Amino acid sequence: MGFDWVFFAEVTLAGLGTGGLYALTALAFVIIFKSTGVVNLAIGEMLMLGAYLCFGFAVDLGLPIWLAIVAAIIVGGLAGGLIERLTIRPMVGESPISTFMITVGLAAVLVGLVELVWTASPRRMPAFLPDDAIFIGEAFVPSKVFYGFLVTALLIAIVLLVFRYWRGGVALRATAFDQAAAYSMGINVPRVFSLSWIVAAMIATMAGILVGAVGGISPSMGVFGLSVLVVVIAGGLDSVLGALVAGLAIGLIEAWASGFLGGEFKIVATFMILIAVLMIRPYGLFGTREIERL
Amino acid sequence: MRIGTARFSYRHDEALFDTRTQYAWLAALGAVLLIFPFSANEYWLYLACLMLINIGSAAGLNILTGYTGLVSLGHAAFMGVGAYTVAVLQGIIDLPVVISLLAAGAVTMVAGFIVGIPSLRVKGLYLAIATIAASMILHFVFSNWQSVTGGTGGLMVNPARILGVDLDTSFRFYWMVMPITILMLLGSANLFRSRTGRAFIAIRDRDISAEVLGIRLLRYKLLSFGISSFYAGVAGGLWAYFFRIITPESFPLSMSIFFLTAIIVGGMGSLLGSILGAAFITMVPEALKLIIGWLPISADTTLILSPVRTIVYGLLIIGFLIFEPLGLQEVWRRTQRFFHLWPFRS
Repeated sequence: MGFDWVFFAEVTLAGLGTGGLYALTALAFVIIFKSTGVVNLAIGEMLMLGAYLCFGFAVDLGLPIWLAIVAAIIVGGLAGGLIERLTIRPMVGESPISTFMITVGLAAVLVGLVELVWTASPRRMPAFLPDDAIFIGEAFVPSKVFYGFLVTALLIAIVLLVFRYWRGGVALRATAFDQAAAYSMGINVPRVFSLSWIVAAMIATMAGILVGAVGGISPSMGVFGLSVLVVVIAGGLDSVLGALVAGLAIGLIEAWASGFLGGEFKIVATFMILIAVLMIRPYGLFGTREIERL
Repeated sequence: MRIGTARFSYRHDEALFDTRTQYAWLAALGAVLLIFPFSANEYWLYLACLMLINIGSAAGLNILTGYTGLVSLGHAAFMGVGAYTVAVLQGIIDLPVVISLLAAGAVTMVAGFIVGIPSLRVKGLYLAIATIAASMILHFVFSNWQSVTGGTGGLMVNPARILGVDLDTSFRFYWMVMPITILMLLGSANLFRSRTGRAFIAIRDRDISAEVLGIRLLRYKLLSFGISSFYAGVAGGLWAYFFRIITPESFPLSMSIFFLTAIIVGGMGSLLGSILGAAFITMVPEALKLIIGWLPISADTTLILSPVRTIVYGLLIIGFLIFEPLGLQEVWRRTQRFFHLWPFRS
């Protein structure tokens, strides 16, 4: 019979599911990078924090799941604002490498905090996605993955629309385009910085809740952030389109690698792609090429 | 109050240590290093050995990150390459310890050259992320190259044997690791008095200017990777001889962050910084153990120790970068200056 097309389709659909989540998280990353120029290594940990916040509200405090999700998104956003104010703001004007290393420290702090409160053992997120078997053609798709993908696509669309039409979103894009010009047009740039971290943290929280709903939560789910890092580099650090395309692509490649070669090849495949991209197109598929002057 | 040192010859001007006071302090330090093992108990000897290994490794990372300005998050994986080299060599042929440590350094150096190749095209943060990739790929090799690395089960290492003595206690091991670390530190100090070292510093300060001045960027960046990895390899080899069992999980990404913390806390681009930072960071978990032991907590202390340690490392990175970017080394210098200028300026 040769090639197993049904298996291929199933793996591909699962890959698209993960890829959508990568794209969503990458969007959060790109928002921060575009407006503040910070490469945020802690994006995976912010995602993990969001998932645990939701878990805490739903299980430890016993709130209904929909309320818990809203509460987690709000608290996650506040945490993002707090992080920006306390650790990123003092570094404005320092070298990007120093700020990058601040986010390395931040990642460690967030992992430690979550482990301290919820211990290191993995937990199960309360189910909130509908649970029925879904077949596309002959291929079986786990319902969590299917609905997760739908919600992700919806969220991405909302985020894109918000940035197109909302006043704050326009201010954010203006700041990203030219900080000095935005300042002289009366846009409060420091507030835009805070805003971008808050929005990114909220998006990361949503992504975290979805990732947790599909695959369970644990303090080590920050590893998800490493794949996201590869996504944004492959897509170009400052490109929204790149984040979406590369997110889906990396999700697919990871799924194929672990489906056909074995689970341990997943992360290697990702990083092989990263190195290939860095060697061939260092500024990413859709990124702007940096021009350096003395 | 001391106002300066009169130098009457170029030799004197170029010397590593140029005042008599410095020699006196060095002699005192040497005496302490020699007497220490006889007066300390097993616990402190263990810590001293670990600290010396970490100092050597941090000095290597400082060459790459502190002096050349190339952030690496793969240092622990390089140490792993060194450790595995020692362990694998031991299984094949019985070599003198020094040779196998040098071999560990050499193999790791080659790995460093390979990992450094992306610096052909990218720099700064992109390179940092490429080193994460290298770290992940090396981890994959450690756990999946069954026939050589023993897979996830890892490898056992026999104690180092010098002149027929098995270095199987911390006391005996100290006598091997102490001179090697001092040699590594001296090597690093001398490197930055040479053309190569100064080229590294020029690249860190402004790579385009350095290139205009006739420094071959690629060659020197690769060289920096190589030298740094050599240090990591030797430190990893020592690590293997010290702990005598290595698994892929011995060298995780968090260990690379540990070393990055060490040089940020100590002071980047400073040899003294590597020493102070690595010593400080090695002591942090022990101090935390003490503090948590004192606190009136009924819960299992070992359970909260690991997350608290992670938090403290993170806070140290953030705190030092924001409030003391030059690190402990600068604090040390300030203290020194205070005593030099006392009582005229406080």
